[in-house]
Amino acid sequence: MSAPAVTAPPLTLGGRWDRWWTKNQIKVLPYVFIAPFFILFAIFLAYPILEAFYLSFMRQKGTDAPQFIGLLNYTNMLGDPRYLRSLGNTTWFALGSVFVLSPLAFFLAIAVNSRLVPWPNVKSVYRLAFFVPLLTSAVVTSLMFGILYDYNSGFLNAILINLWGEGAKVGWIRDPNVALWSILVISVWQFTGLNSLYFLAGLQNIPKEMEEAAIIDGAGRWALLTKITLPLLRPVILFVIVQAINGAYHLFAQPYLLTAGGPSDATLTMTMYLYETGFSYFNLGYASAIGYSLVLIIVALAMAQLWLFGAFRED
Amino acid sequence: MRIEAAFSTRTVRSARVRRNRWLGIGVVNLLLIALVCVVALPFVMMVFGSLKPQNEIYSTSIRVLPSKWYPNNYEKLFGETMYVRWYLNTLGVALARTILSLFLCTLAGFAFAKYEFRFKKPLLIFVIATFTLPFQVVLVPLYKMTQALGWTNTYWVLVVPFAANAFIIFLARQYILAVPSELLEAARIDGAGELSIFLKIVVPILKPALAVMSILLFNMAWNDYLWPLIVLNDQKLFILNLALPALRGPYGNEYGTVLAGATLATLPVVAVFVFMQRQFIEGIMAGALKS
Repeated sequence: MSAPAVTAPPLTLGGRWDRWWTKNQIKVLPYVFIAPFFILFAIFLAYPILEAFYLSFMRQKGTDAPQFIGLLNYTNMLGDPRYLRSLGNTTWFALGSVFVLSPLAFFLAIAVNSRLVPWPNVKSVYRLAFFVPLLTSAVVTSLMFGILYDYNSGFLNAILINLWGEGAKVGWIRDPNVALWSILVISVWQFTGLNSLYFLAGLQNIPKEMEEAAIIDGAGRWALLTKITLPLLRPVILFVIVQAINGAYHLFAQPYLLTAGGPSDATLTMTMYLYETGFSYFNLGYASAIGYSLVLIIVALAMAQLWLFGAFRED
Repeated sequence: MRIEAAFSTRTVRSARVRRNRWLGIGVVNLLLIALVCVVALPFVMMVFGSLKPQNEIYSTSIRVLPSKWYPNNYEKLFGETMYVRWYLNTLGVALARTILSLFLCTLAGFAFAKYEFRFKKPLLIFVIATFTLPFQVVLVPLYKMTQALGWTNTYWVLVVPFAANAFIIFLARQYILAVPSELLEAARIDGAGELSIFLKIVVPILKPALAVMSILLFNMAWNDYLWPLIVLNDQKLFILNLALPALRGPYGNEYGTVLAGATLATLPVVAVFVFMQRQFIEGIMAGALKS
């Protein structure tokens, strides 16, 4: 292949390097390309994930030396009423998102996609209007709803007072029975548009011929929905549900800013409890264990998703 | 339309069907318009509230518009707070993080999409596996680390730790996989080096995807709250998400400046959205695929 050595010019160091480089760059460069990413990744993600796991078996308060305590953090969690409360609230919130937010997004998508909105321009105006809340950060969203939810003179109670008098006031964020709902409403406001976009994308993927064939076969509107549309949308539905649950486990800014987890822990979420444990009480070992309990839940969820999607692939 | 035809040719009741249809159109659109109003309400209250005096923001009379335009909240925001600085902090941090991430992730994504090398598969699987993890789990170790590095209350702490984004590298790889390898091969035969192949061929083709990923990254940085809350307490370094709640004052009721600040923080994003809807929606849809 290569030229005979006798006819080649004498190799300088640079020349040898150049030749080696031309021959081997394709093998070396990929590592050079991934190096910057993996250096940061290893330092700021992979290592902390491992350290958190290690810390979750330690008692560490503030800057004290960590002390191995086995599974004690985890067993303590099971007997910690505030942890259980936060788990319950988060689960409630996840279920609320699944059963309120997702169906609402679904019907919104059906309505916007249907022949009952016959003008394409109007369709896109609706889509965009429902999407805009997503552009506000969780912090701005919480602040906006703060002026609506205020007890003495917020906008919602102003309406109630004018309609039914002082007695009709609702403690939107100060009544333990209502506060969680009020926070759910914020999520519904913010994410319904996005989720209905997912559904719309799914609906537009359903071949028109299928619906038409069903109608010609005499299927009513209800049968069309339950026998054709819903089964074909199953992957999207699953995806939206998993998203809703995921969102619940990340919920932080809204309860933190509006209710500080109160009243009497009625809106304490897992992320909030982790934050409090780690960064107000500096109970670092316990906070890491709470973090890993979140990991457990989310990994279980991902497995369930895989299993369900796998199951769907067969039919 | 064809469905319509199937109905009307089959029945003699087509006139009634059509009338019912118009009734349906009316009802559904009214409902949808009502919903749009509900969605708009918090925005409207924020924008008009920023132009109201305190006693009108909190008032038991139902009033959306201010009784007279009241610019003092904005004067106070610019005169008595570090709002401009906070705004620039937020923009700077978000831009720095976006550019750094984009560079790291597309370069590595390129390697994963277009080269063969040892440990490629396990490395990729490892990276992808981490993006299913909730980031809350790394907060404690990351906090300890930044303290050890002396990074608390610096801009570094907001930019560097989350720059190696596992989801974006995955996305970048997907986009680059779609770039035809023949193009790269042709350039190679013409004697182009690998880095110039990346910069002169892949990056230009990738422009639309880069726009999508930038929006996604910028959005993540712009919305960041929990991490800055943990690592920043110097007001000079605050980003908007930390500064806006702090503007509420010690009793949490000075809402005029808060609303002015929130309005100015939100409107540009909405404006950019109106101009770049397609990339925005694609980006955010892709972002939410992170499940």
